[in-house]
Amino acid sequence: MVNGKRTLIIIPALNESGSIADVVGEVRGELPGVDVLVVDDGSTDRTAAVAAAAGALVAKLPYNLGVGGAMRLGYRYARDHDYDVAIQIDADGQHDPRYVPKLVDLLDDNDLVIGARFAGEGDYNVRGPRRWAMVMLSAVLSRVARTKLTDTTSGFRAANRRVIEMFAGWYPAEYLGDTVETLVHTARRGYRIRQVPVAMRKRMAGTPSHSPAKAMVYLGRAFAVLTLALIRR
Amino acid sequence: MKLTLVTGLTGLLLLGTIVELLRRRQLREKYGMLWLAVLIIVIPLSLFPRLLDNVAELLGVASGVSLVLFLGIVFLLLVCVHLSWEVSALEEETRTLAEDFALLRAEIDADRAARDELVSTDG
Ligand SMILES: Nc1nc2c(ncn2[C@@H]2O[C@H](COP(=O)(O)OP(=O)(O)OP(=O)(O)O)[C@@H](O)[C@H]2O)c(=O)[nH]1
Ligand SMILES: [Mg+2]
Repeated sequence: MVNGKRTLIIIPALNESGSIADVVGEVRGELPGVDVLVVDDGSTDRTAAVAAAAGALVAKLPYNLGVGGAMRLGYRYARDHDYDVAIQIDADGQHDPRYVPKLVDLLDDNDLVIGARFAGEGDYNVRGPRRWAMVMLSAVLSRVARTKLTDTTSGFRAANRRVIEMFAGWYPAEYLGDTVETLVHTARRGYRIRQVPVAMRKRMAGTPSHSPAKAMVYLGRAFAVLTLALIRR
Repeated sequence: MKLTLVTGLTGLLLLGTIVELLRRRQLREKYGMLWLAVLIIVIPLSLFPRLLDNVAELLGVASGVSLVLFLGIVFLLLVCVHLSWEVSALEEETRTLAEDFALLRAEIDADRAARDELVSTDG
């Protein structure tokens, strides 16, 4: 329970055995009474076992479906078990669970709340093509959602019942679909989106999924995904 | 002139179909992007078939049109190979799913048998 709401924390994880125990432990320590579901997406290390030992519920996918695939499973679990709020948190320890009550508070007047970097708090910096991609995405998506969004690819989000219901039936597994396309889809259907500034921490262990060499490709794909999301219905 | 009209219209029709399929979420992004890229190359060629004549000459091909035919066949072969590869991956995935399902069923059956045993010895 967070502010009297039944809350599920969903953690998509791929080969995060180095950090998942600390993340689950910290979430359960900071937020007593919430349930934690780790979706292990075909990891080849001991992520699932470590997460279960740390006290999380673990859903193990038979093979890799990507963050979007893992998240739809999480939202289906939330819907089937009647949670009021579902919150996505990264498995690498970059998101501070102490912000969760703030996100949940804002769900009173909003349907989807995003924990955003670059919004004043913390000192997370990105440069080059990756930065241009982020600037383009936030400019366009802020207009679509009619609210200021500075970190559209953030994996720190809280959803209320209405959005859980929608995401349980529809959640793209495509690259960047889980962040960019879901925002367009959610905004277009009239749900209210809000962002909350959060400080982002360094990854605790493991390797980041993006290398600088891929930044240019990332910009191109971000543009393609955004265009596609905008023409889709 | 008539030919240009026919090829040009075919290209535009294909473009419209793919965009609409993408819009209705009937095509995954990766395939949609592939076909859009192809059409972006094909439509100018269908309107101006002589566009590749220079390149053809450079490669020793008699005319640009035969070069387009040749490249088209090579491309279609590559697409076929890619699709076979995708199907192989899918088969591997359904196989894993079937195994997972059978293992789950075995576990549930064993659980049920154990429970029945308990009930019959109790009663
Ligand atoms: N389910 C699932 N989760 C994934 C996959 N790839 C990454 N993740 C998880 O998604 C979260 C974010 O991944 P990161 O690699 O940290 O991506 P990021 O935070 O955008 O980038 P960094 O700044 O490099 O940390 C982590 O919890 C990962 O474990 C995947 O294929 N499937
Ligand atoms: Mg991260």
